[in-house]
Amino acid sequence: MDWDFIGKTFWRLMAALPLTLEVWLFSVVLGGLIAAGVVWMRVSGSKPLAVLARGYVAIFRGTPLLIQLFLVYYGLASIPAVRHSLFWPILREPFYCGVLALGLCTAGYQSEIFRGALLAVPHGAIEAAKACGMSGLTMFRRIIFPIALRHALPAYSTEMISMVKATALVSLITLWDVMSVALKIRNDTLVTYLPLILAGAIYFTVNYILGAAFLSLERRLSPHLRARPS
Amino acid sequence: MVAKLWKSVALGASMAAALALSPASAKEWKTVVIGMEGGYDPWNLTDSSGKIVGFEVDLANDICKRAGVECKIIAQDWDGMIPGLKAGKFDVIMDGMSITEERQKEIDFSKPYAAPPAAFMAAKDSPIAKALGAGKVVNAAKDPKAGEAAVKAIQAALKGKSIGVQSSTTHANFANKYLKDVATVKEYKTTDDRDLDLKAGRIDVGLDDYPTVAATLDKPDAKDFVIVGPEFIGDVFGVGEGMGLRKSDADLTAKFNKALDEAFADGSVKKYSLKWFKIDTTP
Repeated sequence: MDWDFIGKTFWRLMAALPLTLEVWLFSVVLGGLIAAGVVWMRVSGSKPLAVLARGYVAIFRGTPLLIQLFLVYYGLASIPAVRHSLFWPILREPFYCGVLALGLCTAGYQSEIFRGALLAVPHGAIEAAKACGMSGLTMFRRIIFPIALRHALPAYSTEMISMVKATALVSLITLWDVMSVALKIRNDTLVTYLPLILAGAIYFTVNYILGAAFLSLERRLSPHLRARPS
Repeated sequence: MVAKLWKSVALGASMAAALALSPASAKEWKTVVIGMEGGYDPWNLTDSSGKIVGFEVDLANDICKRAGVECKIIAQDWDGMIPGLKAGKFDVIMDGMSITEERQKEIDFSKPYAAPPAAFMAAKDSPIAKALGAGKVVNAAKDPKAGEAAVKAIQAALKGKSIGVQSSTTHANFANKYLKDVATVKEYKTTDDRDLDLKAGRIDVGLDDYPTVAATLDKPDAKDFVIVGPEFIGDVFGVGEGMGLRKSDADLTAKFNKALDEAFADGSVKKYSLKWFKIDTTP
C-alpha cells in the first residue's frame, strides 16, 4: 500500500469535487424551474400546452443523456448560426453546456415527479379548501403544495442522487470534474483501480449525505406519521 | 455450506486464472492480437465499410507476415490501451504510441517505426497564425538552442489563448510542460473531439503529430485552418512511435524487431509512410 500515492490521489480528486457539485446544483435548479413550467403546462387545461409538455417529457426521458450532452456541446457548436448568435459566449463554455444538457434532462424526470405528487393530493382536501372559500393561490400555498411536497420527496431525492452520478458525463466535454481527474490519474500513472475506487467512494459519500438530508427533511415534514410518545 | 461455496469460488477463480495465463505462457506465437483505436487518422482509421485501415494496418500486416504469425486487429479506446495490454486483451499496441520513459516502466517497446514531428494548427486568419507563420522543422534533440527559441515563440503567441490536445499523449505532456502557465490547456478523449472544438472556435490551436494534423486539414470543412509555427522533433516527444508489448513477451518483441529491420531495409516502411502520411517519417 502506497499511502503517499493514495493521499495525493484523494486530494487531487477532492479538489475537483467543487466543480462536480456546481454542475449538479446549477443543473438541478435549472431543471426544477423548467419542470415547474412543464407541469404547469401539463395541468393548465389547455390541450396544445399539455401535448407540448408530454412531448418534452417523452423526448428528454426517452433518449440517452450522453446523446443530449453531445448534441448540446458538439451539435450546437457545429451550426454557424449558433456560433454567431448572442448565445455563443454561453454555449462556448463547456460548463454551461453541461449544466444546460443535464438541466434539460432532469427537468423531464422532475416534472413527472411533481405531476405525480400533485395528482396524489386528495380530492377531499381540495374540496374542503374550496368550501372554506380559499382563493386558488391560497389553496395552492396552504393545501396543495405542502401535501404534494411530502409525496414528491422520496422520488425527488432519488432523482437528486442520480443527477450527482450523471455529472460524471461532463468529463467527456473537457471539464475537470471528479471523474475526469480520476481518468487522468489512471492514464498518467497506469494504476487502474485506485483512482476509480477513490472517485467512487467520493460520489458515494456525497450521495449518502444527500440521501440522509432528504430523509431528515421528510421526517420533519411528516410529524403526523411519527410514533407518538407513550 | 459457506465454506463449500468459497471452495468452489476459489476453484473457479484458479481455473479462470489458468485459462487466462495459458496463451501468454505458450511460447509458440501463432496468432497475435493487435489493439488500435481505429480513429487516429491516418495511423489507423475505420473506413466506411467498418474495416480498420491505415499506416499501422499496412505495417502490421507486413511485419506479421515477416515474423510468421497471424495477426488480428481489434479496436480499443486510447484510454484503456496500456491497461488492456497488461490485462491480456491483446498482445501488441499499435496506435501512434510514442516511446516514453513513463510508459517504459510499464511495458516494452519495439524499435520506433515512425518519428514524425509534432505540429500546431490554427485558423488561417487568426492572430496566432500571423504571429507564428508557417515554421520549419525544429529538432530539439539535435539543436537544443533552436528548440528553446521555438518554445519561447510559441509561449509568446499563445499567451491567454487555449490549446487542445488528446489526453495522455506526448502532445499533452508538451502543453502541460511549456504552456500551462500562459494558456488554457484542454484535454480531449479523442483527436476528433479536439478537431470539432477547434472548428467551433472553442480552442485556438490544436497540437498533434504532423500526419494527424495534415489528415485533419485535408478534410473539406477544415479549409480555413493551417499548420502554424515550428514542427517539433525531440524533447518530450521522444524518439518516435513504436509497438507496445508486455514485458513478459520479450520473445515476441525480438521477433517484431527483426521483422521491422527487414521492412526498413527493403524500403517497405518508407513506402507505407509516403502512402499514408505523404511524408517520410522513418526514424
